[in-house]
Amino acid sequence: MPDQPLLEVRDLSIRFVTENGNVDAVKNVSFDLQRGETLAIVGESGSGKSVTALSLTRLLPEPPAHYVGGEILWKGENIFAMRPRRLRQIRGGDIAYIFQEPSTSLNPVFTIRNQIAEAIKLHRRDVKDVDTEIVKWLNLVGIVEPEKRMRDYPHQLSGGMQQRAMIAMALSCQPDLLVADEPTTALDVTIQAQIMAQLRELKSKLSMAIILITHNFGIISDIADRVAVMYRGNIVEYGQTRDVLSNPQHPYTRALIDCIPRLGAKRRRLTTIDHARLQTL
Amino acid sequence: MNDKSPRARAIERFSADKIGVASACFLVVLAAIAILFAICSIAHIPFPTDPNKTNLQIKLVPPNFTHWLGTDNLGRDVFTRMLHGSYISLTVGFVAVFVSLAIGVVVGAISGYLGGWLDNLVMRIVDALMCFPTLPLVLTIVAYLGPSIWNVVIVIGITGWMGTARLVRAEFLTLREMEYVRAAKALGQHHRHIIFGHILPNAAAPIVVTAVLGVPDAILTEAGLSFLGFGVQPPQATWGNIITDGKAYILDAWWLILFPGLAILVTALAFYLAGEALRKATQTRTERK
Repeated sequence: MPDQPLLEVRDLSIRFVTENGNVDAVKNVSFDLQRGETLAIVGESGSGKSVTALSLTRLLPEPPAHYVGGEILWKGENIFAMRPRRLRQIRGGDIAYIFQEPSTSLNPVFTIRNQIAEAIKLHRRDVKDVDTEIVKWLNLVGIVEPEKRMRDYPHQLSGGMQQRAMIAMALSCQPDLLVADEPTTALDVTIQAQIMAQLRELKSKLSMAIILITHNFGIISDIADRVAVMYRGNIVEYGQTRDVLSNPQHPYTRALIDCIPRLGAKRRRLTTIDHARLQTL
Repeated sequence: MNDKSPRARAIERFSADKIGVASACFLVVLAAIAILFAICSIAHIPFPTDPNKTNLQIKLVPPNFTHWLGTDNLGRDVFTRMLHGSYISLTVGFVAVFVSLAIGVVVGAISGYLGGWLDNLVMRIVDALMCFPTLPLVLTIVAYLGPSIWNVVIVIGITGWMGTARLVRAEFLTLREMEYVRAAKALGQHHRHIIFGHILPNAAAPIVVTAVLGVPDAILTEAGLSFLGFGVQPPQATWGNIITDGKAYILDAWWLILFPGLAILVTALAFYLAGEALRKATQTRTERK
């Protein structure tokens, strides 16, 4: 079925139940994703973008999280109706994640090789020569001397290298969708640019769908096909990246875009978002 | 940048600790002796002499060149008996710790990882069990099961796992929040593999240290049980029951209780010192980022 989207999210609502009251982190969120497409979910801290990303394979701890409504369809199959075994196949095998902190996302007591090998053995039983496969992926994400580097422990690599190793680990299972949850936030600006360039290159090479979670409008323009802007658990704007960037409809989107510092622009202070004004709209 | 694995760094630091290395060497020698005489004892090889051969003509002889540590009230050579008894203490120490470690690690790991009401329930049970005074409990169970080395081992093991469980749970409470646990989950790993394959290796250092520090406790408990007559049964010699036999002659034959007592003391001390050195060597988190 060529028309069936890879991923469909319909009216997803997520509530956190805590002793101090309930928090509706995600409210009636809907979006879909085609094969090979890149969607950027943009929003500030606490807007529900990470929660949305984690809920795609039910990675949120339940409790406190409750899926109060909606559904998530992966290739037409309902995520919420899946047995744990099927869910574990989807995690990593179909939908892979990379997280914000590369330094803590890798297990400190195992070598890079060990950790990638584990991922490959878990989802690709057919691979015979695991080491060659690891070298191939490390090469692809731009790690020099992969034969040597793969025997390193995480603390022996720099932050950028660690994130590349994480990406290699995620890709080594050949997922159809890569969810990158703020993959560059913990890295410095030059490394950020390198990682984003790497993701862009991988995207065209592997024809894999990407969901990019970020609070930075500045990095999405040349990678994302579509963008969803989240504010306080709602998607307030959703459309083609070009259209949203050139003609933002929602005041929050406009405010976010205004926050991108531009080189050479004469401005005395950095723009901030006036939440009180947004509330009244 | 340090180019060594965490294990290599710990070994390096341990080697620099003179007391730790000395204790470890002593324990290795002791283990070698214990293994040698375990074979002799089980195969009934009278080496250097028969430990159970009585000769009333030479009873209660003080230490001399033929009987280095003297003889007991039945004329048996104390040194030979101590050699043949050494494996009992060490076996009891290691196996009992292994039993308590196995229970403690599994209970603590699952409790700490899953959390919630299960964790609460398990920890309250642990609290309740810890309130029992250990020795009377051990005595009761041994009295019921009958005194033998394996019963002693099992009883010491199943009454001593609570501390390990608490420690492992505490480690898991911190480690389960680590990003790599979420990454492993996102990769589709089974809970079982996350608990024992990802988190447990990160908690290995404190667990190994408690294990080493637990051995002397088990040795002392066994000595205490043997002293009270609930441990390994005569004529099999153990350090504890040599002291028991000797206590009637404490004023006439000091060597009967001094030497086995010293053996227990030095062994326990060596385990404590080695364990302490190991703790320092593996304590990377506080030392450097």
